[in-house]
Amino acid sequence: MLIYMAKRIGLSALIIVLAIFTLFAMLNAIPGDPVSIALGPRATPEIQAAYAAKMHLDKPIATRFFIFFGNVLSGDLGTDVFSNRSVSLTLLEQLPHTIALAVASIAWAALLGIPIGCLSAVRPNSWLDRVTGVISIGTITVPSFLVSIWAILAFAIHLDLFPVIGAGDEGDLLDQAHHLVLPAFAVGLGWVGYLARMVRASMLEVMGENYIRSAKAFGLRDRTVVYRYALKVAILPTITLIGVGFGVLLSGTVFAEIIFARPGIGKIIYDMVLSRNFPVVQGAVLVTVAMYVFVTLIADLAVSFLDPRVRRSL
Amino acid sequence: MAEAGAMDKAASPKSKDWEKLRLFLANGQGVFGLAIVILFFLSALLAPVFATHDPNQLDIPSRLSAPTAEHWLGADQLGRDIYSRVLYGGRVALQVAAIGVSASLTIGLLIGMAAGYGPRWLDNGLLLVLDTIRSFPTIVLALAAVSLLGPSLNLVLSIVIITSIPGYARLARTSTLALKNTEFILAEKSMGSGAIRTLFHHVMPNVVGPLLILAAMDVPVVVTIEAGLSFLGLGVLPPTASWGTILNEGYLVIRSSPWPVIAGGIPLVLTTLGFTLLGEALRDVIDPKLRGMR
Repeated sequence: MLIYMAKRIGLSALIIVLAIFTLFAMLNAIPGDPVSIALGPRATPEIQAAYAAKMHLDKPIATRFFIFFGNVLSGDLGTDVFSNRSVSLTLLEQLPHTIALAVASIAWAALLGIPIGCLSAVRPNSWLDRVTGVISIGTITVPSFLVSIWAILAFAIHLDLFPVIGAGDEGDLLDQAHHLVLPAFAVGLGWVGYLARMVRASMLEVMGENYIRSAKAFGLRDRTVVYRYALKVAILPTITLIGVGFGVLLSGTVFAEIIFARPGIGKIIYDMVLSRNFPVVQGAVLVTVAMYVFVTLIADLAVSFLDPRVRRSL
Repeated sequence: MAEAGAMDKAASPKSKDWEKLRLFLANGQGVFGLAIVILFFLSALLAPVFATHDPNQLDIPSRLSAPTAEHWLGADQLGRDIYSRVLYGGRVALQVAAIGVSASLTIGLLIGMAAGYGPRWLDNGLLLVLDTIRSFPTIVLALAAVSLLGPSLNLVLSIVIITSIPGYARLARTSTLALKNTEFILAEKSMGSGAIRTLFHHVMPNVVGPLLILAAMDVPVVVTIEAGLSFLGLGVLPPTASWGTILNEGYLVIRSSPWPVIAGGIPLVLTTLGFTLLGEALRDVIDPKLRGMR
């Protein structure tokens, strides 16, 4: 277990390093002079020189990479070009909103999707299985940003049930929850079908195994067999799926944040892209990559903890 | 007798193909998916034939109108015919899907075979690069790239290709690894076949099948990326009709008329449905082992 953990954590660290390098290379591959892009055409040569010195643009590229790399490791993601604030601080303010949305979305999808998957696996090809199968496919085929738009059309404009803009008043939890409903619905909907199908498939596989047959032969109730014994094993691929799919989940939250004008990492990337505020974009991209790598790491470790067979595969 | 039976089967690969075709046709969902996919291709290729209007022709008096005999799916904020715009938008989607999927499949196949067949260090290095690419959420990578290079269809295509490569490469690598030590490859090698010949003549034909199934299932992903980016104003730019730009412009007038965002979204849903059903049916028929590979 320890060796697997060490290898897996090492791999994650390597990926982060490579991601930082990629981002650095991308930023340095922009055509044009970075100083005039950042400051605009009206900056005087003195301001330009000062900026170049501050950003270490007067040093060779390898030195710049190591300065950049060291800063990132110490948590310094640079300063906002316009407001002169620390990028890390800005992102820290936004992060809770994104995490709240991502967790709320995956939570309701899992609460609904996993039982649906179990139910349809218990009686394959029953009417229930067919109905849930169609619903699953249906939810998967509508992209999350389209769900957002259509949900606004139906629930906010026509029925006027939910607010469309923002994340609610600070300190007012009820208001915040009210604002969270539609975005979380939009981001999570596709996951309901996805999880249901995944759980159903792995459940069907597990239900054919010997230990389940033994449990049944001992006269245990169907419910006990399914939820106590089979689900424990059948849930493993689903954990991996959530880990790997976290990138998709993040993409979904980016769209939802932009469409619902909610604060968050995605919204800030979008706004900063439009105003060409590179340090913030770069910092926010790094944060999302780090989040993704962290979540897949946790998912893999969780699976290897629950299923010792996995540990040998790396 | 048993041997003769085996000979019979080996001698008639045709009958096996027929069996697969029969299996596919018996799969209602697959046939339904195929029908939608054909509709997608035809409507995009023959858009000028089926369209009732020029997609950019203005008709201010009927702006934001609901569906009428003149405008089958209503008209947008400039009075342009939404039905015709949806058809022309399909051409953009088809272009992105065709170029994006074929390019990423080819590159992914080459990388995957190299990783699976080559030395261990190459395998590890390539896997690391693939994992790094995958750790950038697609839309975030796209936003970063657009901020540096400005929006364009070519950029959308590049993003689509880069983010799709890891999926194909990993699948190709796994199949290549499994093939590497099979007897017929070892025999081929012992007869003096070089790496290139072995890979392209013997490994590739056995690896490419599952990749094609993945490609069918990848089309909706690719089309959705294009629509999503264009919806955000970061992909195809107006006035070009694409499903994303129709949604983008429709979203601005969503309180006055629901038709643009409904009409712009439905083809996206149908395309996804069609390719997903088709891909799953193909997978079940050709290679049931691949269930749950994504």
